[in-house]
Amino acid sequence: MEIPGFGTYRGASFFELLRVDHPQLAIDWSQAGNRQPVSVPHGTTVLAFKYAEGVIVAGDRLATEGHRVASRDIQKVYATDDHSMIAIAGAAGPAIEMARVMRIELEHYEKIEGQPLELDGKANKLAQMIRANLPAAMQGLVVVPLFAGYDLRRKQGRIWKFDVTGGRYEEADFEATGSGGLYARESLKKSHRSSATRQEALEMAVQALTDAADEDRATGGIDTLRGIFPTVICCSEPGIEQAEEDELRSVYEALVERRRARGGSSS
Amino acid sequence: MSMPFYVSPEQVMADKAEFARKGIGRGKSSITLEYAGGIAVMAENPSSLSKIGEIYDRIAFAGVGKFSEFDQLRKIGVRFADIRGYQYSRDDVRARALANAYSQAIGDAFTRELKPLEVEVIVAEVGDPELVGHEKSEIYRVLFDGSISDHSRFCVIGGSEEELTGYLQTNYQVDLPLGDALRLGRNALQRAADGQATVPPENLEVCLLEKARVGRKFRRLNVEELREHLGA
Repeated sequence: MEIPGFGTYRGASFFELLRVDHPQLAIDWSQAGNRQPVSVPHGTTVLAFKYAEGVIVAGDRLATEGHRVASRDIQKVYATDDHSMIAIAGAAGPAIEMARVMRIELEHYEKIEGQPLELDGKANKLAQMIRANLPAAMQGLVVVPLFAGYDLRRKQGRIWKFDVTGGRYEEADFEATGSGGLYARESLKKSHRSSATRQEALEMAVQALTDAADEDRATGGIDTLRGIFPTVICCSEPGIEQAEEDELRSVYEALVERRRARGGSSS
Repeated sequence: MSMPFYVSPEQVMADKAEFARKGIGRGKSSITLEYAGGIAVMAENPSSLSKIGEIYDRIAFAGVGKFSEFDQLRKIGVRFADIRGYQYSRDDVRARALANAYSQAIGDAFTRELKPLEVEVIVAEVGDPELVGHEKSEIYRVLFDGSISDHSRFCVIGGSEEELTGYLQTNYQVDLPLGDALRLGRNALQRAADGQATVPPENLEVCLLEKARVGRKFRRLNVEELREHLGA
C-alpha cells in the first residue's frame, strides 16, 4: 500500500531520489541557458596508485580561478565510505558536490538494501553521475574525478579514471589527473612500485605532487610556511586512514634534503 | 445506485483499531533500552528479514507487525533523513522530526484508507554528550493509528507490550553495562506470550547505537558477539 506524503521514488539510489522527488535540490544544468563558460575555482592535481597493502589517493590543496589563487587549502580527496575514496579535479563547486552526493549515495544504498555495493558497483554509479553532469561539462563545468578503493572480494586496491561522458577506465597501477596530472604521472612512472610499503608509498605520493607543483603553476606544493600539506588517504583491508601532517612533513623534508644533497634544483 | 449502510464513525474506527491490533499481536515484540554506552534495540527474530534498521548517524528504527509495511516505513525514514542531512547538516537530522512525520503518515493512512497499517514503530536517537542540544537520548513510539509518545529508559512495541513493560519497570536499572542490558532484554522477550520461552542468540536481532562511535553510531551485533555479551 502507498504511504501518503513521502514522494514517489521507491529505489535505493539517493542520486535518483533527489531528481525524482526533490528536483529543487538537484540542479538541472540543461536549463541553465547561458552558454558562456563561467569562471569558477578549479582544483588541480590529484593522483592515485597501488601499493602493497592497497591503494593511496593524494591531492594538493590549491584551487585556482584563472590565474588567481581561489583557495590555498581546499580538500580534493574524500573518503566515500570505509573502503573507497574519490579525488576530484575540475570545477571545484560541482566536483565537491559530486563527492558529497557520492558519499551519501553509498551510505543510502547500504541502509536501504542492508548491504553495501561492490566496488565495481560504486565505480559504475559514479560513472552515471558524471554522465548526468554532461550538460554542465558542455558549459565548462567539467568534473573528472578519480575513484579508488579496496576490493574486499578480490583482496586488492583498484583505481578508475573517468571522462566527461561517463566513460569509466580501470587503471592497472597508477593515474593522475588535473592540470598538473601529466607531471605527477611522469613522476610516478619512474618511482612507482606496486610492492611499496606504506612509508615508500607516502614518499612516492609527496614526490609526485612536489614534481607536479614544480612544473605546473596551478598546482600547490607543500607550504611549510603556512603549514599546508596535501591530503593523502591510504585504503587497505582494515579501511581508510589519512596520513598525518607530521608524517608528511618529515617525508617532504627528507625529499628536499635528498635533492639538496644531490646539488640539483631543490623544490 | 444502492445506498451504503450507515456505520457510525466510532464503529469504523473501533473496527479498524481492532483489525490493526490483531495483526500486530500476531508478530513478536521488540524492545529498545538505554544502557551505559548508548541504546540497544532488540527483537525476537529467527528470520533473516530485519526488523531493526539504521536511519542516520544517531538514529535507529524498529518495527513490529506486517513486515512489508514497516519495512516500507523504514525505507521512507532513510530517505527522509538523507534528504534532510543533505539539505541542511548531519546534525539537523533529528528523531523527533522523523517520528512526527511517521505519526502524520500512519495517522493519515488510518483515517483515510480502508485497511489501516498493521504496524508499530520506534525511532530512537542516541545522545551525544559532545554536541550541544543533542546530549540526551530520545525514544519515540508511533502506534498504528498515528498516536505518538516519547519514552525514556526503555520502550516496548508489539503484542505483549504490557507484560514486557511491566517486567522492565521492575527490573530496569539506569546505566547498565551492555551485557546486563542485553540479558535483561532477552529475559523480557522470553516472557512474551507471543514468543518462545527460551530465546537462543540465533533468534535474537540486536542493534546498538553506540555513543563512543564516531559518525555512524549504528552497529548490528552478529551471533558470536551476541553470545559473548550474553555470556551464554
